[in-house]
Amino acid sequence: MKAEYEPVTKEATPSSPTPNGRTMPQHEVILLKNMMQPGYGGSLTEYERAGGYQAIRMTLGKMAPSDVIAAVRKSGLRGRGGAGFPTGVKWGFLPKDYQGPRYLCCNADESEPGTFKDRQLMERDPHQVLEGIILACYAIGAESAYIYIRGELVLAAAILERAIGEARAAGYIGKNILGTGVNVDVWVHRGAGAYICGEETALLESLEGKRGLPRVKPPFPATHGLYGKPTVVNNVETLANLPHILTRGPEWFASIGSPPKSTGTRIFCVSGHVKRPGNYELPMGVTARELIYEHAGGMRSDKPLKAFIPGGASAPFLTPAHLDVKLDFESVAAAGSMLGSGGVTVIEEGTNMVWAALRLMEFFYHESCGKCSPCREGSSWLVQIMRRIVAKRGRMEDLETLSDLCKNIAGRTVCAFGDAEVAPIQGTLKYWRDEYVALIREAESANLIMPKPIGAQQHSSR
Amino acid sequence: MTLSEKYRDEIAAILARYPVKRSALIPLLYLAQREQGYITEEAMIEIAGILGLTPPQVYETVTFYTLFNRKPVGKFHIQICKSLMCALVGSDSVIEWINTKLGIGPGETTPDGLFTLSLVECLASCGTGPMMQINDDYYERLTEEKVDQILSDLRSTGSSQLKSGPFMWPEPTKT
Repeated sequence: MKAEYEPVTKEATPSSPTPNGRTMPQHEVILLKNMMQPGYGGSLTEYERAGGYQAIRMTLGKMAPSDVIAAVRKSGLRGRGGAGFPTGVKWGFLPKDYQGPRYLCCNADESEPGTFKDRQLMERDPHQVLEGIILACYAIGAESAYIYIRGELVLAAAILERAIGEARAAGYIGKNILGTGVNVDVWVHRGAGAYICGEETALLESLEGKRGLPRVKPPFPATHGLYGKPTVVNNVETLANLPHILTRGPEWFASIGSPPKSTGTRIFCVSGHVKRPGNYELPMGVTARELIYEHAGGMRSDKPLKAFIPGGASAPFLTPAHLDVKLDFESVAAAGSMLGSGGVTVIEEGTNMVWAALRLMEFFYHESCGKCSPCREGSSWLVQIMRRIVAKRGRMEDLETLSDLCKNIAGRTVCAFGDAEVAPIQGTLKYWRDEYVALIREAESANLIMPKPIGAQQHSSR
Repeated sequence: MTLSEKYRDEIAAILARYPVKRSALIPLLYLAQREQGYITEEAMIEIAGILGLTPPQVYETVTFYTLFNRKPVGKFHIQICKSLMCALVGSDSVIEWINTKLGIGPGETTPDGLFTLSLVECLASCGTGPMMQINDDYYERLTEEKVDQILSDLRSTGSSQLKSGPFMWPEPTKT
């Protein structure tokens, strides 16, 4: 069964039959290619032997930074952190005539429940990420880059530090890179356990040594970012794509996936009730069915699939009816959810969806930064009502209160966290309202919350 | 001995990375926590002095981030992920195992000061759950036997070979 995830050679190969006899199109693995070679350790020598740091040689001093931006725009690369904003366009927002420092921040704060791809990219092939960082710095004219990595990833931070040391010694990082006159320095900056610091302006606040509270936008980081200077924040996976786009050309990249709007591959992180959870790099636009049943091996206990999350905890649940939805930005959005961070969580029949929504809600309640009242207070109210319903002490009017709260949180906060935190509840209320009702009916029949006339307790015979 | 005396060179190296001093706050807090296992008030005051901040500015930052301990924790700080993805594959059982084996619940420390248990939200290890982090290390795809082994390793040698990483899942297939 493992054959489906065998490393595929450089050129895309035509369809070949899988062990179960079905024909499945082969695909090219780009980002995970090196690390899929058994024994690949991610050192500088191994990365160079696999063709690494060629993009820097081809680009720095040989291609104008504006041409690099144009190439990335042409490739159609979109942010892999969650929002899916076109990378080249984001870079283009930096003021052209600004004199003074600019910054690149690599967002390695991977915290979206269901997502574990950046950790693998950093721990197994750190130089691929570094090469992307250097290329991005060159394109936007930044001489300093900070990798903001979540504090828990101690090992990944150490691996990156070591890789930076190797790259500096080899002349890929530092002053006058490879004699081109380009200067780029890269530092690792560990966060300290706050989901919100993955939001780009909260990340900047945190990097400045403050509480990680998202900033009011505009102004955007492109003009007023780190220390008030023009700044680009890009996700690890986004940056890791850059060396490949520059060595093999934007046209090649734009032909992969679901052109024109969702190009390239995506590292899908599959978790939950599947036989083979893990990271699978597939062309954008693969169906959820293929990802879950072919690559991730199907359902763990062969129970039917009940629900899945297509893009991390912030993306609303989808149902078995959505299994043929293509996993690209537009198709998932059209199905009422979002591709987000690429974290696909699969849930089998028999799981209570109110419980599942509560688990996610507890996450958001814990991680709300507290800046905006609708989110700070609302998450607390939502979690209390959800706990009450799951504990079979709910009331029918709670359902209306839940919907009402969700409506009053989404869109009314400084950052997208507000929209994210209502997703689990809104999604489950939409498709599994009957499970909420059943729990509340149980509460009612257990007579736990029925109003009793005053004094009834004393006189009732038990 | 103060932090600035003991870690003069390391502090200088940290400060050199940033054009604005305050950016060094989180790295310096890590240094203080490494030294004492938690962030003491004296450390906060000293760091404020190094960075030209007021102590409340340091305190407001410390209190925002969950990785900073404001009171002592056990020698081994066990953090079990309880978010949905791990819960689907059995994180509640891991909490129970730890509870039975060590006699501690969330937020508690064993009387010998060895283990503290915390329940935490997603640690970016959803495909290899259930999982826990103990100090700097991740332990993934936990089973009861594995948990027993890890605890006994930590007790006897202070570390366990069962820790994971560099992370890749599924692992590369041998051809």
